[in-house]
Parts: sequence; structure tokens; C-alpha cells
Amino acid sequence: MVKWTDEERKVINSIFSNLDYNDVGPKALRRHFGSFGDLTTAAAIMKNAKVAAHGIKVLHGLDRALKNMDNIKDAYTELSILHSEKLHVDPDNFKLLADCLTIVIAAKMGESFTPATHTIWQKFLNVVVSALGKQYH
Amino acid sequence: MLSPREKELIAEIWQRMTPVAEDIGAEALLRMFATQPGSKTYFSHLDISPSSAHLRSHGKKIVLAIAEGAKDISQLAITLGPLQTLHAYQLRIDPTNFKFFSHCMLVTLAAHMRNDFTPVAHAAMDKYLSAFAAVLAEKFR
Repeated sequence: MVKWTDEERKVINSIFSNLDYNDVGPKALRRHFGSFGDLTTAAAIMKNAKVAAHGIKVLHGLDRALKNMDNIKDAYTELSILHSEKLHVDPDNFKLLADCLTIVIAAKMGESFTPATHTIWQKFLNVVVSALGKQYH
Repeated sequence: MLSPREKELIAEIWQRMTPVAEDIGAEALLRMFATQPGSKTYFSHLDISPSSAHLRSHGKKIVLAIAEGAKDISQLAITLGPLQTLHAYQLRIDPTNFKFFSHCMLVTLAAHMRNDFTPVAHAAMDKYLSAFAAVLAEKFR
């Protein structure tokens, strides 16, 4: 089980309470697919409504971790099985998307995304990424 | 592959960052030390606490080297020759750390450039920093 200090809980909750899911979700996914060249052009991705909708869904998936910070591993069992057995997503992609999300949040928050905040955020994402990969066999 | 437009964009961004090389470099290093504690092992001979003189001068060196490379990306192997030797034979930094540093540099650029760090700029910069890291690692084996 991952241990969280009160300060860390405060920082994570603060980032999420200031998050506009409808804005950040699509942006993170667009960057991920854009830098991967999976969809035809960056311009095409940015206009893509389906990518946008999916981004929002993925970001709301993070809510599950937020609400279960003391047991993220178990909270993600179902989602991990889904990603592995139904969606067939290569778990390397979780880290890539997490990195893109970090960059979107850094751009949103500017200098208030300090190295200290960044570290706490990174810890949170590391735990989620690990939990999502747990049910891959 | 970097398109001509991407190379222009990259050169523009580094030109813009050169005057604040110390700030950008120090911040990227700090982010890396905070999120990847293993990377600190290469700096046991320096004072890498926030705002230390060592951190700022080292950060500046790194940013200026990256900015220099951006002026003519096709010549990276030549421009980085001496640095390749330094990293492979003297510093012997495990090249996985180049990836960590590149990510932290992207985060630093995003935090400073905000909306100007568009997905297109991000992708271009990621490609450039990956190429830079790959060239830097060339003499390791």
C-alpha cells in the first residue's frame, strides 16, 4: 500500500479541483497521439471530437484513484483487466500518456507547478500507471 | 524525422530560452533530481540544492549546448563530438538518464511557455531532444 502524507493528499486534491476535465482530457490525448503519429496529422487530431470525448473519459478514470488514494491498486483491478483483455493496450502507453498529461498540467499551471508539486503529481501518476498494469498476464 | 517547419520552431524556442538559460537549466535539473532520485548520484561532487550556484551554472551549460545544437540540427554529430566523448568516457552517465532529463526539460518548457507550448511545439521538441540524447550516447559502445 502506498503511503501519502497530508501535504501530498492536499496537493493532489488541489490539482484535481482546479482541473477543467473537458479542456485538459482532450489536450492530453491529443498530445499523446500527436507525438505518436497514430492519427494522420496533429491538425486532424486536434479537431477530432472522438479523441476529445475519449480524453475526458480517461481523465475521469483518474477520479477513481483520487477517491481511493489509500488503495489505488485494488480500485484499478477492473480497469486493468479491461485495458489488458478487452482494449489490448500496451502498458508502455500508460507512462507515455501520463507524461503528456503532466506536460498539459504544467502548461496550465505555469510556475505554480513547482518541482515539489511536480514530484507529488509524478508519484500519484506512477502509482496509477503501476495499478493499471497489474492485471496484465 | 523533423520537418523544416519543426526545425525552425525548435531553433526559435531555444533562441527565446537562451537569455534565461540558467533558470530553465536549473529548473529542469531540479525536477529531474526530485522525480528521479537516482539521477542525483552523478552529482555527488556538486551542491545541487535549489538556487545553488553549481545548479544554476550547470543548468546553463546544458541549455546552451542544447540551444547550440538547435541552430543546425543536421550537424548534431559534429557539434556534439566533444560532449559525446565527455559523457561516454568521463561522466559515464547511464543514457536512461538522458530520457528523464528530456522529459523534465519538456515540463519546464511547458510551465514557462504555457499556451505557446503547443502540441506541435511539444512533438517537435520531443523529437529534437530524443535525437540529441541519441547522438550524445553514440560513443558509449
